[in-house]
Amino acid sequence: MDRMPKWVDVALIPLINLFLALVVSGLVVLYIGEDPIRSMWIMVKGAVGSTYGWGYTIYYATNFIFTGLAVAVAFQAKLFNIGGEGQAAIGGLGVALVCLAIPWPHWALALPFAILGGAAFGAAWAAIPAFLQATRGSHIVITTIMFNFIASALMVYLLVNVLKPPGSMAPETARFPEGAFLPNAHDALGVIGLGFSRSTPANITFAVALICCLLVYVILWHTRLGYQIRAFGHSEPAAVYAGIPPVRITMITMLISGGLAGLMGINAVMGEAERLVTDPVQGAGFVGIAVALMGRSHPLGVLLAGLLFGMLYQGGGELEFEIPAISREMILVIQALVILFTGALDNMIRLPLQQLFLRLGKRAT
Amino acid sequence: MDFMTVLQILDSALRLATPLLFACLAGLFSERAGIFDIGLEGKILVSAFMAASVSALMMAYVDAPMPLCVPFTGACVEIAGGVPIAPIVFGVLAGMGASMVLALLHGVASITFRGNQLISGVAINFLASGITVIIGENWFSLGGRTPQLEGSARFQEITLPFAERVGNVPLFGPIYHELLSGHTLLVYIGLLAVFLTWWVLFRTRFGLRLRAVGENPESVDTAGVSVIRLRYTAVLICGLLCGLSGTYLATGLAAGFVKEMSAGRGFIALAALIFAKWRPGYALMACLLFGLLEAIGNRFQNIEIFGIQIPVQFMQALPYILTVVILAGFVGKAIPPRAGGEPYVKER
Amino acid sequence: MTAPAIELTGISKAFGPVQANRNIHIKVMPGTIHGIIGENGAGKSTLMSILYGFYQADSGNISVNGVSTDIREPQHAIGAGIGMVFQHFKLVQNFTVLENIILGAEDGAMLRPSKANARKELRRLADEYELNVDPDALIEDIGVGTQQRVEILKALYRQADILILDEPTGVLTPAEADHLFRILEGLRRQGKTIILITHKLREIMEITDAVSVMRGGEMVATLPTAGTSPERLAELMVGRKVLLRIDKKQAEPGDAVLEVESLSVTDADGVRRLSDVSFSVRSGEILGIAGVAGNGQSELLQVLGGITAATGNVRINGIGISLSGRRADGQSRRARGIAHVPEDRQHLGLIMDFLAWENMVFGYHHDPAYRRGRLLMDNAAIRRDAQTKMREFDVRPPIPGLPAKSFSGGNQQKLVLAREMTRGPDLLLVGQPTRGVDIGAIEFIHQHIVDLRDDGAAILLVSVELDEIMSLSDRIAVMFDGRVMGERLPGETHERELGLLMAGIDAGAA
Repeated sequence: MDRMPKWVDVALIPLINLFLALVVSGLVVLYIGEDPIRSMWIMVKGAVGSTYGWGYTIYYATNFIFTGLAVAVAFQAKLFNIGGEGQAAIGGLGVALVCLAIPWPHWALALPFAILGGAAFGAAWAAIPAFLQATRGSHIVITTIMFNFIASALMVYLLVNVLKPPGSMAPETARFPEGAFLPNAHDALGVIGLGFSRSTPANITFAVALICCLLVYVILWHTRLGYQIRAFGHSEPAAVYAGIPPVRITMITMLISGGLAGLMGINAVMGEAERLVTDPVQGAGFVGIAVALMGRSHPLGVLLAGLLFGMLYQGGGELEFEIPAISREMILVIQALVILFTGALDNMIRLPLQQLFLRLGKRAT
Repeated sequence: MDFMTVLQILDSALRLATPLLFACLAGLFSERAGIFDIGLEGKILVSAFMAASVSALMMAYVDAPMPLCVPFTGACVEIAGGVPIAPIVFGVLAGMGASMVLALLHGVASITFRGNQLISGVAINFLASGITVIIGENWFSLGGRTPQLEGSARFQEITLPFAERVGNVPLFGPIYHELLSGHTLLVYIGLLAVFLTWWVLFRTRFGLRLRAVGENPESVDTAGVSVIRLRYTAVLICGLLCGLSGTYLATGLAAGFVKEMSAGRGFIALAALIFAKWRPGYALMACLLFGLLEAIGNRFQNIEIFGIQIPVQFMQALPYILTVVILAGFVGKAIPPRAGGEPYVKER
Repeated sequence: MTAPAIELTGISKAFGPVQANRNIHIKVMPGTIHGIIGENGAGKSTLMSILYGFYQADSGNISVNGVSTDIREPQHAIGAGIGMVFQHFKLVQNFTVLENIILGAEDGAMLRPSKANARKELRRLADEYELNVDPDALIEDIGVGTQQRVEILKALYRQADILILDEPTGVLTPAEADHLFRILEGLRRQGKTIILITHKLREIMEITDAVSVMRGGEMVATLPTAGTSPERLAELMVGRKVLLRIDKKQAEPGDAVLEVESLSVTDADGVRRLSDVSFSVRSGEILGIAGVAGNGQSELLQVLGGITAATGNVRINGIGISLSGRRADGQSRRARGIAHVPEDRQHLGLIMDFLAWENMVFGYHHDPAYRRGRLLMDNAAIRRDAQTKMREFDVRPPIPGLPAKSFSGGNQQKLVLAREMTRGPDLLLVGQPTRGVDIGAIEFIHQHIVDLRDDGAAILLVSVELDEIMSLSDRIAVMFDGRVMGERLPGETHERELGLLMAGIDAGAA
């Protein structure tokens, strides 16, 4: 039955799906009368052709790695957490509250507390849907969607009525104290003598994201908790046989997932905006779905897919600048097609390939 | 708050409920047949765009001659003196068509390839967000908008018979004149669609089979009826109704398309569907309630009830909060169709 | 000479490597009740699904009333006058009886006239066949016996002349079963042909005119019921398999390890799966539970393994265990020295996508021996341990890094056994230890079970393979319909007596 080599599953199929997504997007570009090959080139150059491009690519990638990990961890337990958007926003709120709480003397002191704040708030926002799924069987996809909208209403309310500094018109918090500013890529790489563009939002949070990838990997594949999460995700009846408690695993998995989404606030709120605005997430929560699907729910895959989508977002921005006829929304189309091909139409590529390898396997023996 | 204000709010609620209603009924057909659809939002958006775009494009040919050419042959005829059909007719057809194309895509992914219905829905929402802006920019270069629709490129408000004359009759007069009369055709069609949906679902053979396939596809299969055909039909009806929702949004409620104009209505409709426990009559109630919440939110920034200030954001979030409460099963548990979300595979 | 109502010639069907039906020939004469009997997995249900067009045969021919008929979909079967009552009913729970009956056989596009006609027709059928059902009741509100009558009505409403019933009494109480048989006799009087699939000898003897016996995917015999006996059928059903001889000393039982007292389980559908079961197993002893699948053995294992909740008392080494069935009780069971080799290794015993070494600690993942520091799992130690155990149990290939799904059935089973048997359990629960296992591995597995007994463990063996029970057990308990029919000693009984007990007939008591 399952004769496909592992590389086909983890590399070939995602690449074919990406290729298909790019081909269909290319057709859209052709339709609006532009040159897809040139567009592609502009995107690649815009994303990685300069340290400026790299800076934005990494900034976006950092967001997507957090939200991608969030979706991926939940996927491991066969939970579809579509609420990354809301969890990240509320996580951003947590980060902002920490940053505004005291006049931080130094970022190195502020960062650990901001991490705690972001993760705790994000996890809390995932906790209710998780609890309802685990104990009442309420479909977590629907509840997390609803919580995205509730989060966005809550954010607007808090910023307009509670957190807005007196006298200000814009629905945003005051700027964070300088001691809570994170070093950006220019500062950080300057220490080791590397020159980097001064005006990009890439910052030290990228390192936090990398550490999270590693941590998630260790948790999933080197701890009893991860073992239980994965076993539960593969088969709930088998998990019950082995004495793995479904309610507890569902809760813990979703708390980790929400916490990871919440950490995105470090990058977007503390690292870039340095204040809290009403929508600090900007759709990154949803990009996380594409990233997790593309990265096959593995931290390394999420890292690579996160970087890929980071390039896509930065490259897409450059593309709009160079060819105004192709608007930024091209990214959404590519993203949609990646989700469609890797997630929903997976069998379209997988089944024929399985047949092929089955036949090859038969011939070999 | 005087009587007229109440009427105006209710009138506005009815308008705002209409796009929700179409989308909610759309979801009802799909989910009753066992196909989850969180891509209502995308279908609304695409149909709003196509309806507005085609209406806008056809506006040019109302009086001017329109050339019609057969592709690849160069043969052309010209409709002299303009197209005799109102642009909005083409708009409606385009809106429904576009939505049905996305519905078909959802069907291929979730029925033929047995893919994850939720993921497919997510993809369709993004696809709609992106493609409407790109194509819109290409056609009109207005930053993702369509031109303002005027005259016969929009749905016109219909004054019901005698509305002016009975307007002065106490109580009934204003209700008839202000609330019931003066809507566009689609509002009335929406109300009719509720009845029609109920009738199709509970009074026809097709409805019986549709409901059965969402509850227990095996019962349909062993009775010798094609599960696949039923599900595709349901998904296409869903596309058609979503198309009306988007069309109303762009050509009835508004006068043209702006980007992201669906603004979460697909999800509110989904919430309404759960709230309505997948029943047409309740769907009308839920949509009117959610429309009313929106109307109140639009009119008042803050509402005071029993001395407590209710922020407008709470009103906006209320549909979602109510849905979570219903889903949690603390108040009147909502039981979805039993076979929902599961691709049908004949068991070994 | 009338043509047979159904004639199947040379029907074969394979699911992947499994040959479910092999060259089946059968004739069913019109106006008779024809029984098809065989053990679980003998291929009865597959054969009938082919006849109904739910599956397609790889080869062979179907004739209905003497006419060769191409049945590729249920619709064709319905058109040929064949109706089927599946073991698991195909009813829509929140529809009324009437709606279920007309589904797919409506008179026109509108429901109202269809329903009116059906109502009339139902009244006629009810009078004719003793099939009284309230047409407006919801399926979810009526009992299983009534639901089954709805299925029969569905077939009759479609003017079926040939009715197939797959294990119809599996879900019925004795009284309901009697009622069903009265209905079937009525149908026969009206000239209908009935095919009754069952594994219960009593039913065959009671009601059929002819009986066909299936074993291992093949049709072994077709006999007139009047000319046979339960003993003869039991023998044909079980077959004279090569009896595997085990080198086995006389058991030296010690104290009772497992004591079960009046254990009862009622499932979510309200069906009683275990009623008042009591027995005990001593250390150094194998208690074999014989029985046809579906008579409560699975539930017994699940209760003892901590998966299902139950009422009653269970003591391990004299100390009671909780039967509340909290969904993580598997851990507390293991802590009490209970190891569990589940009947369904593919869905319960293993995670098929996990690697072999990951599976080797499944259920024992909290074992301190596999910890590194406070938080981490010592994967290297687990791997080493797995490697040793895989060698010891001769798992082929002995590569811990392969996923479980890439091993053959027998080697998957050895993985589970290696995991459960090497921790010196006080009690081993083992279900269907050799199901889907090749001959060579069977002997190996049996030997290990006996060795564990000799090391002083108490073993509860559940198997539908009678010869396995006979050759391994020190005592045998037979289960039927959720009850223990009786206990026998292997030296003092024979397969025929056990076969009758398994069919619910206590020859000694009669």
